[in-house]
Amino acid sequence: MLEAQDLACWRGDRAIFAGLSFHLPAGGALLLTGPNGAGKSSLLRLLAGLIPAAEGLLLWDGADALADLAGHARRTRYLSHQDALKPSLTAAENLAFYARLWGGQVAPALVALGLAELADLPARMLSAGQKRRLALARLALAPAPLWLLDEPTVGLDTASVARLGALLAAHRAGGGAVVAATHLPLPLPDAKELAL
Amino acid sequence: MRGFAAVLGREVRLALRHPGDSLAAMLFFVLVCALFPFGIGPAPEILARIAPGALLAAALLAALLPLDRLFGAEAEDGSLDQLLLSGLAPAALAAAKALGHWIVTGLPLLAASPVACAMLNLPVEAWGVAALALGLATAVLSLFGTAGAALTLGARRGGVLLPLLVLPLSIPAVIFGAAAIEAAAAGLGARPYLLLLAALLALAAPLAPLAAGAALRGD
Repeated sequence: MLEAQDLACWRGDRAIFAGLSFHLPAGGALLLTGPNGAGKSSLLRLLAGLIPAAEGLLLWDGADALADLAGHARRTRYLSHQDALKPSLTAAENLAFYARLWGGQVAPALVALGLAELADLPARMLSAGQKRRLALARLALAPAPLWLLDEPTVGLDTASVARLGALLAAHRAGGGAVVAATHLPLPLPDAKELAL
Repeated sequence: MRGFAAVLGREVRLALRHPGDSLAAMLFFVLVCALFPFGIGPAPEILARIAPGALLAAALLAALLPLDRLFGAEAEDGSLDQLLLSGLAPAALAAAKALGHWIVTGLPLLAASPVACAMLNLPVEAWGVAALALGLATAVLSLFGTAGAALTLGARRGGVLLPLLVLPLSIPAVIFGAAAIEAAAAGLGARPYLLLLAALLALAAPLAPLAAGAALRGD
């Protein structure tokens, strides 16, 4: 359902990567690996439509995915290496904003990441791992067919990685696709690996 | 529309959690207005003569204060990416941010305007028109300022660049706003000037968010 043809990305006059092609079927997962600076995060931003591709095509179900950026945004959930939380809002309020944008219920999403007891705590009181889980809870709000995850498990304990594994398995069982950049082992069985 | 309301609601909620930011703009406005009597001397007729221009200039400078954090804070914590991927058109996002900026900065300035008017010895009959003119002028500044904030996002020294971009665009708002207050103070009709200000606002309302949206998208 997601297909990349000869993608290239430039920063200034330096090519970060070029000639990148892959095909990701429904329910598929793609692991991006490579050293720091190889362009994993840039590729994820490109796939999200946040930066333009210097060359190549990104196809969704055979049609140019980036021709309709708003439409592409609606089918995409992007987890950057930043958690995108407002420190003065509570965990539930942070999530409620995205629930208003995308639909879905806050309480079950908090439960899915084991954050139910922290719902009324301001985000600035959360630990780094808890903030990461709150950012991941956005994925559990409303279904979207394409998940782009940048180092999703940084700072997570093993129980939280298992919770993320369950989330990822349910997403893929429902026909969703995952592209994840990581240095750590991820709970993504049968994922294809793309070394940058 | 749901997304627009969500972004606007979030702006207001964040401002309520940090009331200091709105309060700082209000105090800045009042203090700048208070400097004039000290600098020029308390002669009532001179103060009343410069009051319209001083009010407008002080209000616009005060409203500029929080502008460089409008998108800067969102970009720093990664929220901007999420907002751009929210399915909301970038121009609608910018419009919500501009309206949010006016509500959390422009409205408090209106509330403080009677204090500033009194310190500048503006005739009481003109206070209502002064509030109206300030309201319209700060709304114009919120719109141009949002476009400026989007354009200077990520620029080195963006905080300095922003006023240089936005203040020249605000000159018409200062001219018509001051003229309206002056007319009201002289007992003349302020309506034509207020209508011109409103026309300026009607022009900025669609154009500035479009420009801001394009700048956000291209970042």
